Amino acid sequence: MSESTVPASETVEQPGDGTVHGEQIVLDGVTKRYPRQKSPAVDNISMTIPAGEIVMLVGPSGCGKTTTMKMINRLIEPTAGRILIGDEDITRKDPDDLRRHIGYVIQGAGLFPHMSVGDNIALVPRLLGWDKSRIRRRVDELLDLVNLEPSYRGRYPRELSGGQQQRVGVARGLASDPPVLLMDEPFGAVDPITRQRLQDELLRLQEELRKTIVFVTHDFDEAVKVGDRIAILQDGSEIVQYDTPEQILAHPANEFVEGFVGHGAILKQLALVRVRDVDLHDAAVAHVGDDPGQATQRAQAIGREHVIVLDSQDRPQRWMSLRELRTDGVLGRVERDEQLEVVSLASTLNDTLEEMLTSSHGVVVVTGRHNRYQGVIRLDTIMAKMQDLQPAGSVGTTDAP
Amino acid sequence: MSTSTTPLDMEAGEKRGATTVSTDRPSRLRWVGQPMICVGAVAGSLVYVRIADVSEPERRALGTSALLTLVRQHLTISLAATILVCAVAIPLGILLTRGRMRRYTKPIITIAGFGQAAPAIGLIALGAALFGIGTTGAVIALTVYGVLPIVANTVAGLDGVDPKLVEAGRGMGMSGRTTLLRIELPLALAVIVAGVRTALVLIVGTAALATFVGAGGLGTLITTGITLQQDVTLIVGAILVAALALFIDWLARLVELVAAPKGL
Repeated sequence: MSESTVPASETVEQPGDGTVHGEQIVLDGVTKRYPRQKSPAVDNISMTIPAGEIVMLVGPSGCGKTTTMKMINRLIEPTAGRILIGDEDITRKDPDDLRRHIGYVIQGAGLFPHMSVGDNIALVPRLLGWDKSRIRRRVDELLDLVNLEPSYRGRYPRELSGGQQQRVGVARGLASDPPVLLMDEPFGAVDPITRQRLQDELLRLQEELRKTIVFVTHDFDEAVKVGDRIAILQDGSEIVQYDTPEQILAHPANEFVEGFVGHGAILKQLALVRVRDVDLHDAAVAHVGDDPGQATQRAQAIGREHVIVLDSQDRPQRWMSLRELRTDGVLGRVERDEQLEVVSLASTLNDTLEEMLTSSHGVVVVTGRHNRYQGVIRLDTIMAKMQDLQPAGSVGTTDAP
Repeated sequence: MSTSTTPLDMEAGEKRGATTVSTDRPSRLRWVGQPMICVGAVAGSLVYVRIADVSEPERRALGTSALLTLVRQHLTISLAATILVCAVAIPLGILLTRGRMRRYTKPIITIAGFGQAAPAIGLIALGAALFGIGTTGAVIALTVYGVLPIVANTVAGLDGVDPKLVEAGRGMGMSGRTTLLRIELPLALAVIVAGVRTALVLIVGTAALATFVGAGGLGTLITTGITLQQDVTLIVGAILVAALALFIDWLARLVELVAAPKGL
């Protein structure tokens, strides 16, 4: 690392103060017609995507949602209509230049296998002609942003797990700090647990970045969880309903939407509440290297049977029962429990409930940024929240943010 | 990792008549055995010349300096033809995978196939008839002979690149040209280089026929051996041609290995 490198925390490109960095996108009568095809792939779609929001395009396969998204960065040229980003009509811009200022994240990350992680991330900044030290700083910053160690810079994509690749894909999409991010089923190719983590991370990122994100998915649950707004599309990219997840769950516009929403609307509404929106409980805490006796006393003082052991950086390692703590020096070397159920502040109660059902403790550890311990969440907290959520029909006023 | 192509590449390659890329692990026999056989064959034939019962002029014709001249001629013709064929066939292959040109891929590969299906000796004679006796005609004939494997492998290699990666490149704002140079060609490199190697070995072997149009090379030993009934010359010539082709093949595989992009 050169001396000129700024520590990642003093970010230059991303103020992270929660102000909106996105720009509004307006689709105005956009149509895509392919030659020799009777009906247009996208038929006269008009919608406004507010700045700084995540808008989900959901619909059955072949409904034109991906085509609609690809017209925003002109990978597909619209046959008719206007697309505005901010005040600019992008159908008149140079497509290559346009795309360098729109983040693009695709399914399976689409990393270039012959380029290192660092080179993949640095691609757009290089196209934009940034100088070397700025690119270097930016890559460090982005790796930190997506929770990857700086040592990943020199690795090649095939050495990474699917989830890690997808994180690099997100970092690459954000490289030039674009106001708009297009995500094409970005988490479609990873296992459910990884997908849930990636969704949480995206939401955490979005809190800092406030980009305008257009997110294509066929998974309605993902749409409810991630989206600020959901556009449910039907053949020809016809918008059946375009509203907040709360409204769509409470007032599905027609049978098509109802079919999409499926059963269990209340359970789904749990996906609208985040862990940070409910009160957390304190668990008995011990650190690696602590005296087991004292840890036991602290736990007994607040009437707990188990303690959660954290490492020196406050990252949860494993649960330990008071009986285990009777062994001397048991806290000297603590192995991380790979099965430890953890959710983040940005996780939904829906995901938390799922974790809880697999947990043997009835509580789940909650972590914040850098996986630091924040507290625990209990099953009864979720049960209480569920009672607050009224059945579909009058959910307009949940205390979700 | 000699050449890491997916089965899909290979399928595409076979369909188009491309030389398939060997996916076998580099065996010890290949990396150590092949050059040793070459060295052994050359040394053996040199010793053979010394101990065999040959006339003085024949011995002189098989002297080290005379042999070196022939090897040099042979390599010059072969390399010139290979460079020429790369300069023609790789751009042609690239062109055939771009947009509108795609529809010509099949006919052109079929025509390139004629070049290879035609008897080599006929091509070389034709080259001499069109471009005169001497090196030029031979080089051009050999070039025609090597077009098919390189065009076919270039097309197969580029077709084997995941279209999602190309779209990702375009979607990030790379121009078509940059995508080709930075994404498609590096990813197709292994398959293309395998085609070049095939062409090179083919050309080195076939260059033995160049002597018929007065371009020299190791083939001279063989023709001399036949016409003057000098068995030793004939055998040495045949061994040297084979050893050279084997050695070039080995060298090209080595280059392939070194040139392979990291991370694949």
